[in-house]
Amino acid sequence: MGGNTGETILRFENVTLRFEDEEPALNDVSFEICAGESCVVLGAAGSGKTVLLKTAVGLLRPSAGRVFLFDRDIAPLREQELFALRSKVGILFQEGGLFDSLTIEENVGYPLVNQPAVNCPAVEVRPRVEAALGFVELGHTLEKFPSELSGGMRRRVGIARANVTEPPLVLYDSPTAGLDPITAHTIMTLILKERDTKNTTTVIVTHRYQDGFLLANFQYNPDTGAVESVFRNGAGGERRTRFLVLREGRLIFEGSPQQLEASPNPYVQKFVKRLYN
Amino acid sequence: MVASTSDERRRLLFDFLKPPVLALQEFVALSGRAFVNVFRKPHYFNDISLQMDVIGVGSLPIVILTGFFSGAVMALQMSRALNQYGASGQVGQIVSIALVREMGPVLTALAVAGRNGSGIASELGSMKVTEQIDAMRALGTDPIQKLVTPRLIAMAIVLPLLTIISDFVGLIGGYMVSVPVLRLTTASQYWSTAWRSLEYNDIAQGLLKPLVFAIIISLVGCFYGIRTTGGTQGVGLSTTRAVVVALVWVFVTTFFIGKLFVNL
Ligand SMILES: Nc1ncnc2c1ncn2[C@@H]1O[C@H](COP(=O)(O)OP(=O)(O)O)[C@@H](O)[C@H]1O
Ligand SMILES: [Mg+2]
Repeated sequence: MGGNTGETILRFENVTLRFEDEEPALNDVSFEICAGESCVVLGAAGSGKTVLLKTAVGLLRPSAGRVFLFDRDIAPLREQELFALRSKVGILFQEGGLFDSLTIEENVGYPLVNQPAVNCPAVEVRPRVEAALGFVELGHTLEKFPSELSGGMRRRVGIARANVTEPPLVLYDSPTAGLDPITAHTIMTLILKERDTKNTTTVIVTHRYQDGFLLANFQYNPDTGAVESVFRNGAGGERRTRFLVLREGRLIFEGSPQQLEASPNPYVQKFVKRLYN
Repeated sequence: MVASTSDERRRLLFDFLKPPVLALQEFVALSGRAFVNVFRKPHYFNDISLQMDVIGVGSLPIVILTGFFSGAVMALQMSRALNQYGASGQVGQIVSIALVREMGPVLTALAVAGRNGSGIASELGSMKVTEQIDAMRALGTDPIQKLVTPRLIAMAIVLPLLTIISDFVGLIGGYMVSVPVLRLTTASQYWSTAWRSLEYNDIAQGLLKPLVFAIIISLVGCFYGIRTTGGTQGVGLSTTRAVVVALVWVFVTTFFIGKLFVNL
């Protein structure tokens, strides 16, 4: 899946989105993400990261501009038509979005059972849920409810649910927000593992540069089961990572990791410097 | 100069009116979709029966309590006036008409709005702020079909039934006060006047009202729940609003339905 690099998966064209009369939450944002790429959107709290992801899948409608998902303009699509398109996208929500009234098993199985375009036979649901939960090392929690798990475990369940249908595009909304550094690292490792074993196009929005750094410079090695630098065996740069920086709804930077570190923009510098001190 | 102030005034008025008008527009849109979904697949029967249990069985104690005491209080307060006119034998009629037309439907609606209207708003509100509603939409489920329509259907079935129970228990309450306690009349006279005074008109309005109230309470609760923003604090705010707005509408509509039937 997503193997033929180059085809555009997500494209924003001059997207502006405002809630009522306030300052726009997204202001004339344009960018595109191609298959196989990783994309890191950096931004402070309230810069519009969550709004950007929700706009990408049509959960919010832009006030102006156009959004293309898998080369389809989503503006004219009705909610029912969007369901089919959204089943090709996995999403981890910032606030979790796990259904309180369902068990972990039902939560992770939810996209398999309910997404119209997935067509998963009933007998395959349980094994696929078990596999997805095993992948995030939570195989023993099937019967539990979300309220019985820790914050980090709920994030991992969210990652499992986002990836259970093996969608070609996965969006992660602030996966490390509000977690301690160790748990945050575990979460990032799992995201790398999902990306590199299933070869998914990955978009992550975050306020932490180290998350982006990890995504750009490390990969998961399925043989050793560890995360290693992409430069170790000389194959570096095989997977392109694109950085975007959002500031108060405006895209103020777009480019490669090298361009990001070399950027003269003082606001961009503030994000990058944080890693080194 | 004059033109600019009048422009300004118009602008202020516009700013003042815009939010409620937009909210009303959204409410109408939500209600329309909720009603259309009643006839559209998929039907979430499990959610309907769960909600009927939560609303119906859960509200039974408070409905019985309010019903009983409203009937008892009615008999108590009317006894003196009836005595004055030497009409204390008619107490059954007074209690039954007041209960079936007005007190039963309204008091039951108040109890259910307080208990379940707030419950619906806070449940949907927490789902909104934890992005469960977004997750539903992202995973191929229409939240109106899954959350709003079952609550609407369940409430529309259960509230009229609760009202009938409340009316009946209220008549028993009136009986307890007028016969064994105050000895205003005999048991057989109480029940026969209570029964005979009811016309189709009374029963029709006594059943139409709870149906309309059910629609108001469930849709207003869902509307404020789904519109919640601003985290946990926002949930509290939506809950309060849902109850207040539902109650105001219950009182307004009971007047207009009553007026409609008076003219019939
Ligand atoms: N539903 C909404 N209604 C009004 N304003 C909103 C809504 N959602 C987000 N906003 C505003 O949009 C801006 C960006 O929010 P968000 O994307 O959540 O930020 P973050 O980058 O922290 O994820 C904020 O100023 C926020 O107040
Ligand atoms: Mg956010």
